[in-house]
Amino acid sequence: MRRFPWLATLWTVLVYGFLYLPIVVLVIYSFNDSRMVTVWGGWTLRWYAEAAADQVVIDALVLSLEIAVATATASVVLGTCAAYALTRYRRFPGKGLFTLLLNVPLVLPTVVLAMVLLLFFVSMEHLFGFPQKGFTTLFIGHTVMCVSYAAITIMSRLREVDPALEEAAMDLGARPSQVFFLVTLPAIFQAVASAWLLTLSLSLDEVVISAFLSGPGTSPLPVVIFSRARLGLNPEINVIGAVTVYLVLAGLLLASVWMARRAKQRARENAALLRQAQVEALTSSSAS
Amino acid sequence: MLRRPWLPPGRWFVIGVPEFFLFVFLLLPFLILLKISFSHADAVGVGFEPLISWLEEGTLSIKLHFDAYLSVMQDDVYLLTYLSSVGYALLTTLLCLVIGYPFAYFLAQSFPTLRPVMLMLIMLPFWTPFLIRIYAWKNILDANGLLNQFLLWAGIVDEPLQLMFTKFSFMVGMVYGYIPFMILPLYSNLVKLDRRLLEAAADLGARPWQRFWLVTVPLSREGILAGSLLVFIPAVGEYVIPELLGGISILNIGRMMWNEFFINLDWQRAAAVTMLMVLIILFPIWLFNRYQMRLMEARR
Amino acid sequence: MNQTAAARADAARGAPDFLKIESIRKEYDEVVAVNNVSLAIEQGEIFALLGSSGCGKTTLLRMLAGFEVPTAGRIVLDGQDITALPPYERPINMMFQSYALFPHLTVYDNIAFGLKREGMPKAQIAERVEQMLDLVQLKPYAKRKPHQLSGGQQQRVALARSLAKRPKLLLLDEPMGALDRKLRERTQIELVHILRQVGLTCVIVTHDQEEAMTMADRIAVMREGRFLQIGTPSEVYENPKNRFVADFIGSVNLFDGELVVDEPHYCEIQTAECLFHVGHGVEGKQGMNLTVALRPEKISLEPGWQDLPYNAVQGTVAARSYMGSYTAYEIELPSGRRLRVTVTNVDRYEEPYELGVRVTAHWMPSAPVVIVE
Repeated sequence: MRRFPWLATLWTVLVYGFLYLPIVVLVIYSFNDSRMVTVWGGWTLRWYAEAAADQVVIDALVLSLEIAVATATASVVLGTCAAYALTRYRRFPGKGLFTLLLNVPLVLPTVVLAMVLLLFFVSMEHLFGFPQKGFTTLFIGHTVMCVSYAAITIMSRLREVDPALEEAAMDLGARPSQVFFLVTLPAIFQAVASAWLLTLSLSLDEVVISAFLSGPGTSPLPVVIFSRARLGLNPEINVIGAVTVYLVLAGLLLASVWMARRAKQRARENAALLRQAQVEALTSSSAS
Repeated sequence: MLRRPWLPPGRWFVIGVPEFFLFVFLLLPFLILLKISFSHADAVGVGFEPLISWLEEGTLSIKLHFDAYLSVMQDDVYLLTYLSSVGYALLTTLLCLVIGYPFAYFLAQSFPTLRPVMLMLIMLPFWTPFLIRIYAWKNILDANGLLNQFLLWAGIVDEPLQLMFTKFSFMVGMVYGYIPFMILPLYSNLVKLDRRLLEAAADLGARPWQRFWLVTVPLSREGILAGSLLVFIPAVGEYVIPELLGGISILNIGRMMWNEFFINLDWQRAAAVTMLMVLIILFPIWLFNRYQMRLMEARR
Repeated sequence: MNQTAAARADAARGAPDFLKIESIRKEYDEVVAVNNVSLAIEQGEIFALLGSSGCGKTTLLRMLAGFEVPTAGRIVLDGQDITALPPYERPINMMFQSYALFPHLTVYDNIAFGLKREGMPKAQIAERVEQMLDLVQLKPYAKRKPHQLSGGQQQRVALARSLAKRPKLLLLDEPMGALDRKLRERTQIELVHILRQVGLTCVIVTHDQEEAMTMADRIAVMREGRFLQIGTPSEVYENPKNRFVADFIGSVNLFDGELVVDEPHYCEIQTAECLFHVGHGVEGKQGMNLTVALRPEKISLEPGWQDLPYNAVQGTVAARSYMGSYTAYEIELPSGRRLRVTVTNVDRYEEPYELGVRVTAHWMPSAPVVIVE
């Protein structure tokens, strides 16, 4: 059954073409030296220079990064707590409701979440005079969405950690907080790191919540791009898109280099172990 | 008493902090939304008189205003918008299934060494921002876009077609945005398919096409359902794609919510529209859960 | 075990009730995992909790370690009531079934983990870890990570780690569970050697009767949360107190019968198969129902059918398996039941009994044991 007939190949190529065509076109047009985005006018880097000098874009980018870093950090801390509570404590007050709430952002469309939070924040502002729409509301809104993703990422790793490890640490005299920082956290560190990266990118990518919760003068990058893209084609957006493509490719390259290096190191270690085992086998057989 | 005495006071931190966060910033906002949807616009335009109050005679008074819901029910625009959003979401789901199923099937049939690379190639475009990916289609579908240039060059059409802000551009964007959510669950389901079942079917005289329809498709039902749900739910609430590629001729709940709040400044109606949207979303989730429960009971 | 080692072990012993378990009970929701169990363990003793899975032995061990809190009862170690102490405050360490070595730490840091928690000065930690590595012969491996070690080496690291704090009580949870058979036998003896050297009091949990017999001074056979019998390996084997223990430890032939003669130094029991003349007295009345247990290795076979007044049955060879050091037979008796007999292969040229051959199985009065319960 592992045939690959022409139909399968054609279909696969078409789907990949569909997926990659807009991205390739975007990158090519980012070098287009013409005011009309879709009319080819030769190669240029001038849109890159213009985007780099666009203060609105730069401010938005800085704001987006600030929000994303704060969101990712808060989400990972809250998500780790939530994951730990849900996997390690059999029952605690409000566990059912808590689990439900944690699933809400994964299930409901972001517009709903955005509207719910918007009405909450404007009501609070109406009643207490704060918070005003801006960094705080964006940060909280993004975190509400991202906590769930961080929690499920960390939870799936936490479930795999052998409870005997934590018990062993406790048995050897580690207090519960020491158990967490000396044994549990190192064991789930990779999951925590990838949850941080995931929530960072989710926050950087979030349009709807950002659009609903941003205030005057505090527009993160997606909101700026969104409002410009609504007006029509814009060479600077092509540039911004192309740059994210370069970043993704660079990240991919780094990851594969790192993985190859690790695989090589593993192989070297295993070879050394094998050699040692052979030596041991020889010496023990000659001794007996 | 099952409490283990050595559990840390940190336990209350670990449980309390995320619980507090979600209660205050998710549960409370939902309750406030519910309250606003049942309240009455006052002079300021904001209904904040309490729904429940103690009257002096010692009676409890609960005042629920259905104004917002009634106006939503009575105006055809709302009904049409809901129908349109759900309809386009269904169409998106169907298109993703039609395109994605054969693709996932071929992927699952390909050489095991190729599979991780091919899967990676599916995920890769989705690491660039969603907004950028959707915007990128404007370069292609514009009046002077790549597609029109190609059609003119090939002599298929004499003048550029109006592609942008049509149902066509909208559906292209929707399928593009959501197809991986269909492919991934389908693939992980199909790749687990026991080949011996197909061999058994062949042994019993089923032709390839029959094997596909009678064995593969029924066995992948869970994957189809999961993928459809993953596409349908966010598609109903999609806001960005209709704004960028759909245009105003495409009725859309997300935009309606935005307009009620930011243009009509009608909080009650915005809240009511959102509540109804939640109900629309909960219905398929409830169906899916019931289906899964039945499946689990049947397996027991 | 040789005489000097035994003598040394005796010398290390002290207080007879170093560890006292007093009417311990543990309930989960509705299930009673451990049911009012009491036990006293001597200082320096190696004690085994033996039973099949779900008998409560692991729950009891976890209560000793402090991972579970008893529903009722007390645990007293060296005069100190530790029932309510959390695991990190108990002078008890445990070697886990899966070893539970910290994967991100080196062998050295694994062993030093508990010492660092104590706040021991660095130089002293280094010295102690060095000692432990010597003890388990893993000195060259100090810088390795656990995944770079073989299963046997990992086990020794786990042992070193649990010994490093010099606990008053060492707990071993299925210590040989993750090792293959060949390695297991050698390791059991090595482990006991190390434990005797250190002079530790030790509780082992195991489902493997051979492991319990090899390693422990005394064994408690557990079933459904209770102790069925506590005693030295030979007591448990030769004087089982009930049918379950007789059947659980080793292999046994059980006969139900009636007490016909009851004298101080012997008794006679009539069973459906034959008259048993047993070389010990029983406390009971004539005519009461009893069970006689007879181990397969305590039975001899003679060719042909011979008429003996007691302690003999006639039958035919129904099955035979050659096991190397001995041959196991099943003898079919006239009643239809089968008698298990093992014959030690003392002679390389001995001809085994063929299937279907008539034989007489007989035994000494000191071979069977009467179970009153």
